[in-house]
Amino acid sequence: MLYSALQSLFSHWRRQPGQLAMLVLGLALATALWSGVQAINAEARASYDRAAQTLGQDSLPRLSRADGQPVPLSDYIALRRAGYLVSPVIAGEVRSTNARLRIQGIDPLTAPEAAQGPALDGGLDLAAFFTAPGLLLVSPGTAAGPLPPDLPRLVEADGIPPNAALTDISTAARLTGQTDPSFLLVAPEQPRGLPPLSEATDLVLSQPQETSDIARLTDSFHLNLTAFGLLSFAVGLFIVHAAIGLAFEQRRASFRTLRALGLPLRSLLTALALEISTIAVLSGLAGIALGYAIAAALMPGVAGTLRGLYGATVPGTLSFDPVWAISALVITLLGAAAATAQAMLRTARMPLLSPAQPRAWAQAAGRTIRSQGIAALVLFIASGLILQFGHGLVAGFAVLATLLVGAALMLPVFLTVLLNRVEKLTRAPFLQWVMADTRQQIPGLSLALMALLLALAANIGVSTMVGSFRGTFLGWLDQRLAAELYVGARDEEQAIALAEWLAPRSEAVLPIISTDVRLLDLPGEVFGMADHATYRDNWPLLSATPDAWDRLFAGEAVLINEQLFRREALALGQEIVITDDLTLPIAGVYSDYGNPSGQAIIGFDLFRALFPDAPLTRFAVRVPTEDAPDLASAIRETFDVPTELVRNQAQIKRFSIEVFEQTFRVTGALNVLTLGVAGLALLTSLLTLASLRLPQLAPVWAIGTPRKVLARTELARSILLAALTWALSLPVGLALAWVLLAVVNVEAFGWRLPMQVFPADWVKLLGLSLVAAVLAASLPSLRLARTPPARLLQVFSQER
Amino acid sequence: MFRFLLALLLSASPALSQGFAGLGTTAEGFAVPQPDPVFDFPSDHGPHPAYRIEWWYLTATLSGADGRDYGAQWTLFRSALAPETSQGWEAPQLFMGHAAVTTADAHYSAERLARGGIGQAGATAEPFEAWIDDWAMTSTAAEGADAYSALSLTARGDVFSYAMELQATGPLVFHGQDGYSVKSAEGQASYYYSQPFYEVTGILDLPDGPVEVTGTAWLDREWSSQPLSETQEGWDWFSLQFADGARLMGFGLRETGGSVYTSATWIEPDGATVAYPDGALRLTPLASVDVAGRTVPVEWRVELPDRELDITTRALNPQSWMDTSFAYWEGPIFFTGSHDGRGYLEMTGYE
Repeated sequence: MLYSALQSLFSHWRRQPGQLAMLVLGLALATALWSGVQAINAEARASYDRAAQTLGQDSLPRLSRADGQPVPLSDYIALRRAGYLVSPVIAGEVRSTNARLRIQGIDPLTAPEAAQGPALDGGLDLAAFFTAPGLLLVSPGTAAGPLPPDLPRLVEADGIPPNAALTDISTAARLTGQTDPSFLLVAPEQPRGLPPLSEATDLVLSQPQETSDIARLTDSFHLNLTAFGLLSFAVGLFIVHAAIGLAFEQRRASFRTLRALGLPLRSLLTALALEISTIAVLSGLAGIALGYAIAAALMPGVAGTLRGLYGATVPGTLSFDPVWAISALVITLLGAAAATAQAMLRTARMPLLSPAQPRAWAQAAGRTIRSQGIAALVLFIASGLILQFGHGLVAGFAVLATLLVGAALMLPVFLTVLLNRVEKLTRAPFLQWVMADTRQQIPGLSLALMALLLALAANIGVSTMVGSFRGTFLGWLDQRLAAELYVGARDEEQAIALAEWLAPRSEAVLPIISTDVRLLDLPGEVFGMADHATYRDNWPLLSATPDAWDRLFAGEAVLINEQLFRREALALGQEIVITDDLTLPIAGVYSDYGNPSGQAIIGFDLFRALFPDAPLTRFAVRVPTEDAPDLASAIRETFDVPTELVRNQAQIKRFSIEVFEQTFRVTGALNVLTLGVAGLALLTSLLTLASLRLPQLAPVWAIGTPRKVLARTELARSILLAALTWALSLPVGLALAWVLLAVVNVEAFGWRLPMQVFPADWVKLLGLSLVAAVLAASLPSLRLARTPPARLLQVFSQER
Repeated sequence: MFRFLLALLLSASPALSQGFAGLGTTAEGFAVPQPDPVFDFPSDHGPHPAYRIEWWYLTATLSGADGRDYGAQWTLFRSALAPETSQGWEAPQLFMGHAAVTTADAHYSAERLARGGIGQAGATAEPFEAWIDDWAMTSTAAEGADAYSALSLTARGDVFSYAMELQATGPLVFHGQDGYSVKSAEGQASYYYSQPFYEVTGILDLPDGPVEVTGTAWLDREWSSQPLSETQEGWDWFSLQFADGARLMGFGLRETGGSVYTSATWIEPDGATVAYPDGALRLTPLASVDVAGRTVPVEWRVELPDRELDITTRALNPQSWMDTSFAYWEGPIFFTGSHDGRGYLEMTGYE
C-alpha cells in the first residue's frame, strides 16, 4: 500500500522534473552555504587549537612577568636550582617585506611532554637541532609559502601551526636576538617537598587558557560568517518552501484520489514524509559536496582575512571532517521538515471530499498578510529595544536579525498597500486589472520577494560598511603615515650611525620604538613617541583632553588606541596600568584600524626610562616628498641594510590597502552567492505561479487581450515587483549598515566608523535585481506567449 | 620518543649508539684517551669538555634506623655535541642527572636533563660541585684535602628526596693502567678512577616518611669519547665490599657473539690496587626475572680465581629498574660464598 502510494507520489516528479530540480537545488544550496561556512569556521578553530597545543598553551600554566617583558635568565635558573620544573620558551617573529614567521623556541631538555607535541617525535637530527645554525620545524604549507630570507634549514613536520616554526631555544635566541625567555612553562607535577611556586617567585602564574587569545579575538569574525551562513540557509529554505508548496498544491487531486481509494491518512503522510526525506538526504549530500567546494574555494580568502584583521594564521586549505558532514545533513533534514510542515499540516486537514482547488492556497495565504504586518511591527519594536538595552556582539546580531525578519514580513504589506493606492489612481480597466491581479499574486510570490529583499538589503548593508571602512581607512592611512620614509637598521649600533647620518640630510628623524606588554590583561604594545609637529599635526585623535600632546611628551599622560578604549569601556582621564610601577591617565584616544590588540603611546623619554632594553632600530624620516626616493637609495648604498627595511610611504600604503582588500574578499564572495540564491528563489516562485495562473489569465485572453500582451504584462509585473522590493531594501540595507558600523563593528573589532553612502552601488543593485527579475520571469512569460489557445480554452471546459 | 633519542646522545651503550649513526663510536674532533695518563687534581675532578662523555656516578649501600636495607644512586652524565664549551643557550654541553632510592620492595627513580652554558647544570673543579637543578654533589672537604674526600649530596624526585654527608676513609683508586681503562680487544678505552671508601650518614625522604640511614658509598669518575666497541651490546658492572675492608670493581662487556670482555680491579683496604686483564674475572648469570618487560639476570656467579673469589650475588630488589629515558638496571646486592658482603650492580643493554 505504502509502496503504491509512494510510487504514485513520485510519478509527480517524473512529470515535473523542473520542479524537482528546484527543490533539490534549493535544499542543496541552503545546505551548501550553511555547511560551507561551518566548515570554514571549524577549520579556523582547529587551527587555533593546534597553535595552542603546540606549546601546551591549552594544558600548561605559565610564568611570565607582569609587565610583559622577558623573564630574566637568572630568574629561570634560580627557579630550576630551587627544584621547580619550569621550562623556558623564547617566542618571537622574523619578518621581511612580504613574509613573517613566528618563532617558538623551546628547550626540549626541560619542556614538559605536553609542550613538545607530535612534531618532535621520530628521527630528528638532534645534534643539528641543538647546534648552530639549528633546524626549524614547520608545516609543509609554511615551507612552501613565502618566508623571510636567511633562515636555518627547514624540516617539515605535522602539527605545527601555519606561518610558525618550532625550534630549539638556542636557534630562537639567535633568530630573534633575545636571550631571556619570553615566558616559562610550568610542569603539571612538581617534585615533592617544595613550597608553592607563588612563594618562590615574583613572576605571574597564569593558568592554561580554555581558549587562546587569538580564538577570543576572532570569535566575532566567525560569528559574522555564521550569520551570513544562516542568512543563506534561510534564503535557500524559501526556495524549498516554494517548491514543496507548489508540489503539494498540484498533487491535491492525487491525494484525494489516493485517499478515496482507501489509503489511510497516516500512510499518506508517511509516504509524503519518506518522499521529502529521501529528496532531502540526496540533495543534502549534494549540498555538502558543494559546501565543501565553496569552503575550499573561500578558505584562502578567509585565511587572508584572519591574517589581515587579527594576525591569526590559519592554513588556506581545508580538511574533511565526517562530523561536520553529518551535522550539515541533519540541518538539511530539519530545514526540509520546517519547510514541509505547513504543507503536511494542510494535507492532514484536507477534507476528503472537498474539490481540489489550487486557488484556495493563494487566497488563504492572503489572509495572513495582516498578521504578518503586525508581526513585523513587533519585530521592529524588539529590534529597537535590543539596540537600546542590549550589550555585546550577540545583541548586535539580534538587532540585525529582528530588523531583517521584520523587514521581510513587512514586504507583502508594503507591496499590497502600494498596489492598492496605484490601483485607485488608475482609470484604465486593463491597468486596474493588472494592479489587482498583481496584488492577488503577492502572497504566492512573497517568500521569493522576501528572499530578494534580504539578499539586497544584506548586499547594501555590507557594501556600505565595507565602503565606509575603506574610505575611513584610506583617510586614516594618509594621516597616520605622515613621514615620507620609514627606515630600519640591523641592530642598535647601526641605528645610531644611521640616525647621525640622516640628521643633516632630512628635516627630522623620528624614532619608532615599541615593546610588547600586557594591557589590562591582554597582550598589547606600548610605543614611545618623540615630540614633533609630525605627530601633533597629523596623528588621528578621536577624542582628547585639550593639552593631550603636551602632557604626553611631558611623560604625564598616555594615548591609547580606540580598540582598548572601547573594549575596556575606558574614559578620558581614567588611569591605566602601563607597567607594575607606572600608572598614567588617558589623555587621548586614536583610531588604529587593522590592529586587533590594545596599544598605548607614551612619551619617548619615559619609554626609554621604563624599557631600557627595548632596541631602537626604526625611524620615521621627514624629507620633501620628491627627495624621498633618492634618500632611500642613498641609505641603501651607504648602509648595509636589507632592502625591506627602507620603505617609503607609498609602499607601506600599497601594502596596507592590499591587506584591506584581502580582508573583505570573503564578504564580497558571500554577497554574490546570496544574491544568486535569491534570484533563483524568484524564478522558482514565478514558475510555480505561472502554471497556477491560467484560470485567471484565460478570461482576460478570452475578452480580447492577445497572449503577447499578457506575456509582456507578466514580464513587466515581475520587473515592477523587483523594483519595489529594491526600493524597500534601500532603507533596510542602510539600517543594516548602520547597525554593522555602529554596533557590530564596535563589538567585533573595537572601532566605530563614520557611515558613508554609495548611491552608485544602489543603482548597480537595482540593475542587478531587474536583470534577475527579467531572467526569472522570461521563461514563464515565454511559456505563456506560446500557450496553445486550446489550453486556455480548456480552463473554461475543465472545471476540476 | 624524543627523550629516547636524547638518551642515545647521552648514553654510552654500544647497542644504542649503533642505532644513532655510530655516534658513540666515532670521536670526530673530540680528544681520545691515551695510555699512561697523568691526572691533575683538583682540575680533573671537574669536567672535560673536549671529551664526548663523562660521568660522576655515586652508589651507596645503606642501612636504615628502621633496620631495613636501602640503596641510593646519584649520577650526573655530561654529553658533548661538540668538543667545546661556551656560555649561553648554544653551549654544546648537555647534562643528564639520574637519582634513585631502592628498598626491598620499591625502587624510586628520577631524571633531569639540562644544557650547560646557562648555569642550570654543570660541574666545577674548584670548589668542587656537580649539579643539575637542585640536585648537587658538593665538596665539603677541608682546605688542602682532596676535594672528593668529603661530599654532601642531594637529589629530589616526584616522590622521594635525600640528603647525605659522605666522608672518605681511603685514597682515590685508579682502574686499568693507572686510570686508563681498556674496554675492548680493539682498544676502546676511557679514563676511570674511583673513590670507593665513603662512609655515609643521611636522610632518605620516602613516601612512607623520612628514614635516617648510614652505610658506605662508591664514587666513579669516568670520561671518554669512544667508550665501547660497535659489537658490544651492554655491560654488567659490580662494586663489592668485603668484610676486611677490601673492595672489588669488575665489569663484563657483552659482545654480540656471546663472548664477554671482562676487567677487574682488586682494591686492598689501604687503597693499593691490582688490575686484572680480560678473562681473569668470570661472570655467569644464574637466575633471571622479568623486569619492565625484559628478561634481566639478577643473580650472578662472580669468580676471580686469582683471589679465590667465588660468590653468588642476589639483588635487594630484583626490580631495581631505572625507568629513565635511557633505561637500565641499577641496585644494591648481597653476596655469599667464598666471601660475604654487600655491593652494587649495574646492568645495561637488556632489551
